[in-house]
Amino acid sequence: MPLTQEEIKELHKKSQEIRKRIVEITYSAGGGHIGGSLSETDVLVALYYKYLNIDPSRAHWEDRDRMILSKGHGGIGWAAILGDKGYFDKTLLKDFNKTGSPFGMHLDSLKVPGCDASTGSLGHGLAIALGLALGARLKGKSWHTYVMLGDGECCEGSVWESAAIVAHHKLDNLTGFVDRNKLMIDGPTEEITTLEPLEEKFRVFGWEALRIDGHDFTQIGDAIEKARATKGKPTMIICDTIKGKCVDFMENDYKWHYGGINSDMVDTAVKSIDSYYQKILG
Amino acid sequence: MAEGMTWSIEEADKLTQAEIYGDVLCQLGDKYPDLVAITADLAKSTKIGRFGEKFPDRFFNVGIAENTMFGMAAGMAQAGLRPVVSTFAVFTALRSAEQVRTDICYQNLDVKIIATHAGISFGQAGSTHHCTEDIAITRSFANMTVIVPADGIETGNAVAAAMEWPGPVYIRIGRGFEPNVHTTQDYGFEIGKAETINDGNDITIICCGVTVLHAVRAAKVLEQEGLSVRVINMHTIKPIDKDVILKAVEETKRIVTVEEHNVFGGLGSAVGEVIVESGKACVFKELGLPDVYSIVGYPEDLYNYYKIDSDGIVETISEMMGKKIEEDEDWEDET
Repeated sequence: MPLTQEEIKELHKKSQEIRKRIVEITYSAGGGHIGGSLSETDVLVALYYKYLNIDPSRAHWEDRDRMILSKGHGGIGWAAILGDKGYFDKTLLKDFNKTGSPFGMHLDSLKVPGCDASTGSLGHGLAIALGLALGARLKGKSWHTYVMLGDGECCEGSVWESAAIVAHHKLDNLTGFVDRNKLMIDGPTEEITTLEPLEEKFRVFGWEALRIDGHDFTQIGDAIEKARATKGKPTMIICDTIKGKCVDFMENDYKWHYGGINSDMVDTAVKSIDSYYQKILG
Repeated sequence: MAEGMTWSIEEADKLTQAEIYGDVLCQLGDKYPDLVAITADLAKSTKIGRFGEKFPDRFFNVGIAENTMFGMAAGMAQAGLRPVVSTFAVFTALRSAEQVRTDICYQNLDVKIIATHAGISFGQAGSTHHCTEDIAITRSFANMTVIVPADGIETGNAVAAAMEWPGPVYIRIGRGFEPNVHTTQDYGFEIGKAETINDGNDITIICCGVTVLHAVRAAKVLEQEGLSVRVINMHTIKPIDKDVILKAVEETKRIVTVEEHNVFGGLGSAVGEVIVESGKACVFKELGLPDVYSIVGYPEDLYNYYKIDSDGIVETISEMMGKKIEEDEDWEDET
């Protein structure tokens, strides 16, 4: 069933709140992978506030849906959501990156409740998701495994190894997303190593592939529902996104893959986010 | 089957190390319904395929894709299964070192890895298929337990014990065409507790893997020359049995380590670390590959060439026995 206008409004409000928290954490942490955390926000918000079958009070509940952030550098964005969902006391996030804190740039599954796999080294998450999805099938469990890849990550050969094996096993209990913000650390993906046509690549590997605007909740919701309804093969949803989304001085600038911000920049960023949502929410 | 033993194989002395591994894994498959076996196009060579014949629904051959295989094993462990993974040592510790370290060890997952064709046991294949670095690499992964069984019988014991041992385990075996050192499986194998195969007071050989057989043979030769040689089968490299090492240092004052591995970072290094930290002095020699890539050849020729067979061990010990140990009266008190 498509998302209602009311649901979409609520999801936008949540994204607005999460994006502002990402800015705050980036400031207090002394720097962070803010660009990619802002690009992935809407897909993660849709998953965590609408689609995932989870219970934050039981982080290790066996039947929960699994979520692997293969682009582990999006950890600030993910942690902001996990904290908001109540997996842990979100005031702990003020210690992000601090010595002895459970929160480093790339979340640790043994330290952060809700984090289903320690990622950060790119090209690993899809293989872990494959193991979880095969495991569910073998155990007769109905959990669904979601995995979000970075687009630059798709340069890694291991992504394509895993893509072939997931398709070979026809794992329709696995859904992937590529956060297609088109920028990697050193510049635009297509200038460094051409990734397109991404949907076609996944399709010839045996996947159902969809391409959507990764900031449009109607499209995100429809794609997730299509993926869940697709039988006999996995689905990869290529999400066109904007690196640094909603922060005007960061948008589409690869220099904001990782960066630190001062208090003036925090104010400007928050104003930019609020002004974006003012237009959407009125 | 002896009490407490979880496997039983008729005429195990006639089987290779990998064959025993494959058969024991099949028996463990009955005991552990959540055991899954995974390989990357080496089902036959590693003998993990025997499990696949018995339990096709719990066997996964991913094709030639080791990096995905180890990540997938991590995911399956997180799904509550007990993955056992086999490929060659070189593809485990070198190609997929990062997946083994980050996906499995960092997350402290119950994945048991049985890596075959380690050392120079696949001698004719050349260095692309040798692996003389894996002990050094895997023992530097926090949470990892590293076991180098002496023979097929010990491989059976190690695999069975690993299933009840928490966290990731790396079990390193060769091609295993050599005879068994052990005549029975019931000799008290315990992870982390070395086995003293031969007692002696003049010198101690600390060895692992195929070199245990050669050390036992060397000890017999040396006995005929009037030497009393202690042979310690250090099957567990990590956690290492410090007590047995320090006892040997105190009682024999001469130690030689023998391994089918680069002398840097392997068994010899692990033993040396314990000795140096103890502050006790002894005559110490490491036998292994002297920081080179092996020449090509039949394994038994290579073991001879690199002096890690019985001839080499006898020659080395004869040289070491010629060395004078400067003992002062307070040696026992040194720390």
